[in-house]
Amino acid sequence: MSTLMNGARILLDCLQQEGVEAIFGYPGGVTLPLYDALYDHEIRHILVRHEQNAAFAAQGFARATGKVGVCCATSGPGATNLVTGLVDALLDSIPVVAITGQVPNKLIGSDAFQEADTFGITRSCTKHNYLVKDIADLPQIIHEAFYIAATGRPGPVLVDIPKDIFIGQAHYQPVKAIHLPGYKLVLDGHAGQIRRAAQMMWEAERPMIYSGGGIIHSGAHEELQEMVEILNAPCVNTLMGLGALPGNHPNFISMPGMHGSYTANMGMYNTDLMIALGVRFDDRVTGRLKDFAPYARVIHVDIDPAEIGKNRVADLPIVGDCKRVMKKVNKALRELAPEYAAKTEPAREAWRQQIADWKAEHPLEPVFSDTEIKPQHLMAEINRLSDGKAIVCSDVGQHQMWAAQLIRYDAPRLWINSGGLGSMGFGLPSAMGAQVACPDKLVFAVLGDGGFQMSLPELSTIAAERLPIKIIVMNNGYLGMVRQWQELFFNNRLSASTLSSFPTVEHLGAAFGIPGLTVKRPENLRDVLEAAVAEPGPYLLNIEVSPFENVYPMVPAGGAINEMVLSQPSPVPVP
Amino acid sequence: MLQVISLLVENKPGALMRITGLLSARGYNIESLTVARTLDPVLSRMTIVVDVDPSLRKLVIKQMNRLINVLQASDLTEAPSICHELVLIRVRSPRENRTAILKEAEIFHARVVDSSVEGFVLEVTGASEKLEEFIAVLQSYGEIEVTRSGVAAVSLEAKKLKLAPPIPTGAGDADNYSEKDEVVNA
Repeated sequence: MSTLMNGARILLDCLQQEGVEAIFGYPGGVTLPLYDALYDHEIRHILVRHEQNAAFAAQGFARATGKVGVCCATSGPGATNLVTGLVDALLDSIPVVAITGQVPNKLIGSDAFQEADTFGITRSCTKHNYLVKDIADLPQIIHEAFYIAATGRPGPVLVDIPKDIFIGQAHYQPVKAIHLPGYKLVLDGHAGQIRRAAQMMWEAERPMIYSGGGIIHSGAHEELQEMVEILNAPCVNTLMGLGALPGNHPNFISMPGMHGSYTANMGMYNTDLMIALGVRFDDRVTGRLKDFAPYARVIHVDIDPAEIGKNRVADLPIVGDCKRVMKKVNKALRELAPEYAAKTEPAREAWRQQIADWKAEHPLEPVFSDTEIKPQHLMAEINRLSDGKAIVCSDVGQHQMWAAQLIRYDAPRLWINSGGLGSMGFGLPSAMGAQVACPDKLVFAVLGDGGFQMSLPELSTIAAERLPIKIIVMNNGYLGMVRQWQELFFNNRLSASTLSSFPTVEHLGAAFGIPGLTVKRPENLRDVLEAAVAEPGPYLLNIEVSPFENVYPMVPAGGAINEMVLSQPSPVPVP
Repeated sequence: MLQVISLLVENKPGALMRITGLLSARGYNIESLTVARTLDPVLSRMTIVVDVDPSLRKLVIKQMNRLINVLQASDLTEAPSICHELVLIRVRSPRENRTAILKEAEIFHARVVDSSVEGFVLEVTGASEKLEEFIAVLQSYGEIEVTRSGVAAVSLEAKKLKLAPPIPTGAGDADNYSEKDEVVNA
């Protein structure tokens, strides 16, 4: 049985079938018919203040839940404003469906008002994209978009819908099946390779588990913990994978890479078997590639065949879904344990001791001061309040690295940040998405004074939707990471990295109806944070921290990961 | 080094752009590109000849295979295959040269597709190097105009084409994809 409906209603019906609860969007000329249909529809629409933030909020929703996040924008400027958020989702493999309006089909290519070639512009910004030319194709396309976004290696999909499609009428029948002959997913992993992997794992004397965002996307965190415990091997979580292994797990040795822990980087450098699970050997992890893990053989499990061997040759590649593959690997590990485990155990015990020694030598620990708030002190206090359970949405820069190093995440989907693209302005809107998805959870937006000022207009959305986000601005008066690099590599010439003005948050908050407070003294920090968390609604805190603190350890760009700078170099005395 | 890539793609708007985009994003210049429908009108066969850094050849193929519209991308550079192109050449020929040109055409198995007082249009197919020799020979007779089709390649090994089966949407229930991603290995 089919029903005569307009395209806008068909779209909403399809979204509902896909289980969409919320859309983050901004209306405009050509999407008016869609917004008219949304007016009395069950799907919740959250009106953001800029389309870029709709894409980030949809990501926050997706990252917090694993469901597909949905954002919506009008043609032309609306669509182009989404672009950064889409590329961000592409680099971090986040499932997002973006709906954009387009000028009517017969005006496409005529430089019509608010026309942009969205289909062309977003081709390289998405996993896949569509331009709807015929209303009959609309339901099929929407279901394909969700399927492509959510499955395999997740990613953003954009559907560009001309106005005549929204208002056109069609006999609508729910789509029973979609057909994507070229979209072949390899999920199960090669049985022989899995067996060999388990064998290699037992044969290794210095195994290291290098796990990333793929564990979180595939929901393989339990399998990861199991593997870590069967092997009793040290495990790092990358910036995208924090929370995959609980932060308080004894085998967890924090994050590797440019600002990774000493233990993680020394472990990655010295291992003889790198067990890479859902990672892509990003340059921020590997440092100088030719000196990365020079003694290691590599097992690489990834759902995307194009990631295998991209940066580092895999001695044993397994293409498949992490959860499925690791389940089988764990089974094989158990089966092979009696035969192999005892042989390498003495060597592995020595390796564990080595890891413990490194950990004791250079632990990742916060720094405190009596006279000023150290950024690390702030993170330690957030860590205390979160106790591994709160959602922390971070922006990009120094605070992001400190929040990754010093706040503990005991479960996946708590740590939300822009890892691959490093988009400033991500933190606040992604916190909106996370809070909409998880209304009962404590959500911190941990921002720098730079990124916060990129996302200021969203205070209005937060106020309007009464999202109880605890907005914590780590204010050092600089674009801290830029300044850190200028200090280290550009003779301390602080070109355009000083943020000499910052709004009075008491006034700024009041203007939006959000309580705001500035904290300068370290002894006040704990009470203020506790009060902010106790507040039922949103809260805006401006934490003035020591301006010149830098993030360590640090692997200078292009350096090998065992060549870390561990702390602020002391000034060279003038002879 | 020139790489020959053969692709089977869905005949859809934007498919060509997605494929060439992977190359242009890296600053690679496409030497030749041919596309046409296959027996199945919803599919196209595409042959691309492109100068790709040898260390990236595999990655480029994998990234092409990752595209939703691509059913199969394969590297024919070192695989047994036939790579042919077609060339149309207009050659001006005064009366005294006409027989000689026809002789040359015969040697290269070229066909005369147009003949006029001014000269001929010759059509020739074959491997690119052979065609280049023919072009060079004809150039010695004077000014010529050349239109090349670009390489069309066919693999000599039958490659099994694996396709993803249709996926039920579960119309009516709003479940996520946990049950739906049972796509057969490819």
